[in-house]
Amino acid sequence: MPNGPNQLKSKIVADALSNAIPGIVKNVADNWVEVDVQQIETCLLWLRQSEKFDAAQLSNLCGIDYHDHFMVVYHLQSLDLNHQIVIKVRIDEHEDPVVPSVVAIYKGALLQEREAYDLMGIKFENHPDMRRLFLWDGFPGHPLRKDFLGIGEGRTSGLNRFPFENESDPVRAINQDNRIDEDNSQESPPLWSGV
Amino acid sequence: MTTSEPYVLNIGPQHPSTHGVFRIRVVMDGEKIQDIDMIVGYLHRSMEKLAEERTYTQNIPFTDRADYLAAMSSNLGLCLAAERLAAVEVPERASHLRVIFAELQRIASHAMANGTLVSDAGAWQTPLLYMFREREKILDLFEMTCGARLTTNYMRIGGVAFEPPPEFWPALGELVDELPDRIDEYAQLVQENEIFVARTRNVGVISAEDAINGSLVGPALRGSGVPWDLRKTEPYCGYDDFEFEIPVGTVGDVYDRFMVRLEETRQSTKIIQQAIDSISDGPHKTDIPLALRPEPGEVYGRVEGPRGELGFYLVSDGSPAPYRFHIRAPSLINLSLLRDMARGSTLSDAVVTLGSIDIVVGEIDR
Repeated sequence: MPNGPNQLKSKIVADALSNAIPGIVKNVADNWVEVDVQQIETCLLWLRQSEKFDAAQLSNLCGIDYHDHFMVVYHLQSLDLNHQIVIKVRIDEHEDPVVPSVVAIYKGALLQEREAYDLMGIKFENHPDMRRLFLWDGFPGHPLRKDFLGIGEGRTSGLNRFPFENESDPVRAINQDNRIDEDNSQESPPLWSGV
Repeated sequence: MTTSEPYVLNIGPQHPSTHGVFRIRVVMDGEKIQDIDMIVGYLHRSMEKLAEERTYTQNIPFTDRADYLAAMSSNLGLCLAAERLAAVEVPERASHLRVIFAELQRIASHAMANGTLVSDAGAWQTPLLYMFREREKILDLFEMTCGARLTTNYMRIGGVAFEPPPEFWPALGELVDELPDRIDEYAQLVQENEIFVARTRNVGVISAEDAINGSLVGPALRGSGVPWDLRKTEPYCGYDDFEFEIPVGTVGDVYDRFMVRLEETRQSTKIIQQAIDSISDGPHKTDIPLALRPEPGEVYGRVEGPRGELGFYLVSDGSPAPYRFHIRAPSLINLSLLRDMARGSTLSDAVVTLGSIDIVVGEIDR
């Protein structure tokens, strides 16, 4: 997968992190490093204070729902050294995920964590103001979760019914791909129909 | 001796100083602000969820409606991210056209931002309409090219949607010729105006450290003296071939942010002139499949929009629609320091400070 133009190699970050804080790195991919969720504060504080990495700014924070677990992604950047670091944490709890808040380290996380709580339902521990941001109190559920709107087991939300290019008749392909299974046609009507 | 009790003042959702459907509740002690709480979401359209059901190209119109004052820049951000994800090449002419439209959009957006800021500072409507004069011409150019003035939907993955019509180029040349004089005129109107300076100097000061730690971007960051502009630090669309400067402030107050925007419009004019001079013939678009299926993976693409770093975090699972589509909205994140800036200031100063951050509520709420 393409790295960002100025993104640091994840191996360099992972090696330095494991040397400084043994056991913190859980997983290393091509362009991101996964760290232990309970130690995310330690990790980001170390990266911010380290002279080599100087992760002065948190540019982006968001959550991803993977059906059985969540990931939270932190895009950090150094303005002096002009590089970017991507850190992820994995939360295996799917009903009520909790992640330590990083507002004490990066003030820029204040609204982004509230947004992730509101839309994804990830609770940030020790956040000074953990309320919903866009939706009203009492809104049922968290819309960005993949199981929002009650899509059943085995069916994923998303555009998995888009006609394939090799289908000779696109109209037929759409109709076929949108066909509802006989068994559960009563309970779950299609959420999305047609292009 | 008289005593005062704190009281709660509600501003918005419909209020001229909030620049959109944005509501703040302020705890006031006399004229001083004790605490401030923002209530947003009135324009929430759940774009990120809707995007998961649509192809990358079908998502481009959403970006128009996120930041409706800078649709071209938002289009560009999504297209660049999707192009990197799917490894799509862009013809050189398309890059130049993108630069021209993104910079025109920056001028239009900054004119709006500065106009409303001056309006917030008490110069009711006159400077705003002066600044709208060139914005109108820019929107006319957009309309000429893609039929829309605000929700342009002009960029495509792999290039731009249409070649500008023949009458576009003389109109653009005329505009670029007269812009420097017009910008000088604005500067003269406002820059040395005693009332404006009194209302904005040393108001809403943000130090460079706070600005960086609070994830501020764009003119709000550069106003505090940090020369950070993605067009220079992470060049895209061939910005490294153009000569321009990054204006920065010194104090980090409202006045500096205003001046940074004004100076940036001058720099944008220079970039457009260079892009017109160096544009080459060729195709304006690469053909891509109807349903683009990028390899599973993720990408964080970003551009320097008028409000700062506009990021698109796309996660692909190999299907034609993104698995996760997140917009890093500068308008929202620039408000992280709102409480720190507003506490202890007067209400009228807080209004000017909010104006200088230049929020677009469509982008905050998405």
